[in-house]
Amino acid sequence: MTQLPTSTTRKLGLVIDLDTCVGCHACVIACKGWNTENYGAPLSDQDPYGAAPSGTFLNRVHSYEITPKTGPAQLVHFPKSCLHCEDAPCVTVCPTGASYKRVDDGIVLVNETDCIGCGLCAWACPYGAREMDKAAGVMKKCTLCVDRIYNENLPEIDREPACVRTCPAGARHFGDLGDPGSDVSQLVATRGGIDLMPEMGTKPVNKYLPPRPRDTWEQTDILAPFLTPVSETPQGFLGWLDRALDRL
Amino acid sequence: MAGSTGRWTGSDMHPAPSVILFTTLSGLGFGLLIFLGLGLPAVTGWTAFGFFLIAYVLAVGGLMASAFHLGHPERALKAFTQWQTSWLSREAVVAVAALLVMGIFAAPAVFLGLRLPVLGGLGAALSLATVIATAMIYTQLKTVPRWNQILTPLHFGSVALAGGALLAGQLTAAAVLLLAAGLIQIGHWRVGDTRFAEAGHTLATATGLGQPGRIRAFEAPHTGTNYLLREMVHVIGRKHALKLRGVALTLGYLVPLGLVLIPGAGHVLGGLAVLSHAAGMAASRWLFFAEAEHVLGLYYGRHG
Repeated sequence: MTQLPTSTTRKLGLVIDLDTCVGCHACVIACKGWNTENYGAPLSDQDPYGAAPSGTFLNRVHSYEITPKTGPAQLVHFPKSCLHCEDAPCVTVCPTGASYKRVDDGIVLVNETDCIGCGLCAWACPYGAREMDKAAGVMKKCTLCVDRIYNENLPEIDREPACVRTCPAGARHFGDLGDPGSDVSQLVATRGGIDLMPEMGTKPVNKYLPPRPRDTWEQTDILAPFLTPVSETPQGFLGWLDRALDRL
Repeated sequence: MAGSTGRWTGSDMHPAPSVILFTTLSGLGFGLLIFLGLGLPAVTGWTAFGFFLIAYVLAVGGLMASAFHLGHPERALKAFTQWQTSWLSREAVVAVAALLVMGIFAAPAVFLGLRLPVLGGLGAALSLATVIATAMIYTQLKTVPRWNQILTPLHFGSVALAGGALLAGQLTAAAVLLLAAGLIQIGHWRVGDTRFAEAGHTLATATGLGQPGRIRAFEAPHTGTNYLLREMVHVIGRKHALKLRGVALTLGYLVPLGLVLIPGAGHVLGGLAVLSHAAGMAASRWLFFAEAEHVLGLYYGRHG
């Protein structure tokens, strides 16, 4: 059913901390590992050990460089997967009803037995969150590990998305973003969580926590001012060499 | 494939030939059906059979070509269910309705010499609606600002009408429509060229990392290519964009316009005009897809 629900009971989603992410790609591997052998068609690879490897991933980590007006450049690792948008354009364009958004928890899913592999949903997504699997010919996307989070065969600690469970930096958080009292909602409120491409009007459920301002030396050590170099002009042998080369 | 800089420099990027073929051929086919439905020309018997055969081969052939684009063509019937929200589903429903109605209109015209103008008018309207629905599939995508403009359905519609007039031998109508379609084509390119910048999507809005300071893509998530880049981030067509625009404008509009304006233009010149127009439209459609800049390219450091 490609008509979006007017509201969902819960808004399950991820909060990704760009300040904490170290760019290790463990979430990418954990995601691929879990999702290639559980729900739906496997995430195939083409030419994985050859010259031109390519494959289906539901989560990918970009890296961006920020150059502030003052201070050193900063590298920001940027994991990106389906944002489970409230106004998901990928769902309404689907001609078969394979794409849908669940009323109970807001998860956006693809019913793979109904998917004709037209690719229009991937075109409608601004975030590049959907990938057609080349071997299966159906659209793959993040399921928020729907087969983990409700899975009573797993120990309770494992009932969260594989990417969140594996993150060694604690940069990924999972919860109900529709509940203002939930841990994830509090985190978003405290850290000023943001939407990606808000001008698209997709109302993403997943939020990103922007990197915090970096400390400066003055802030970290009261002795810092005393540690500045005393003399910029070289002394001794280096001083002689410098003067000798100047004279040449 | 994987450059030493970590930047992806793929080679496997091209708009799907089946989709180019589909929109070009089916546009011509449904365009001809529009004119046949309106009784321009009001044909019966074997002449009508010939006209309808050409129209159906083009329209149905185009639909078949589009089915080859699917990952699971055997499930194509499911695409008729979601017409309430999906333009692709609407296109499927309206296309089949148009082909059925025009079939019912064609049969008595061919075999009994009987023309049912009301049915023909309905079929013509459905045929035009099919072309517009096809255009809306692209127009609705906010993710491709170049397509997300009012001139996209006007472009598809005017081209189908011009091609249909050529095939139907309506030379005066063809001349006027070719001129109009050519102007809309130029307008679509001109407006499209600035749509991305006007929409205001940047790497800063895409990542939320606009403040403070400048941001650039440092490293792609993968050394190889992927579905997204193959399907939606083309560069090859863009390299020759200006030449291809010249080819599309010359073959698609100017040459056929010149040919239909020759007094007493017969079947040979008319046929040449159709072939030239179809070739020009194939170039135009190639560009339509090749120049489509998807906002997801921003995440990969495209579009500045």
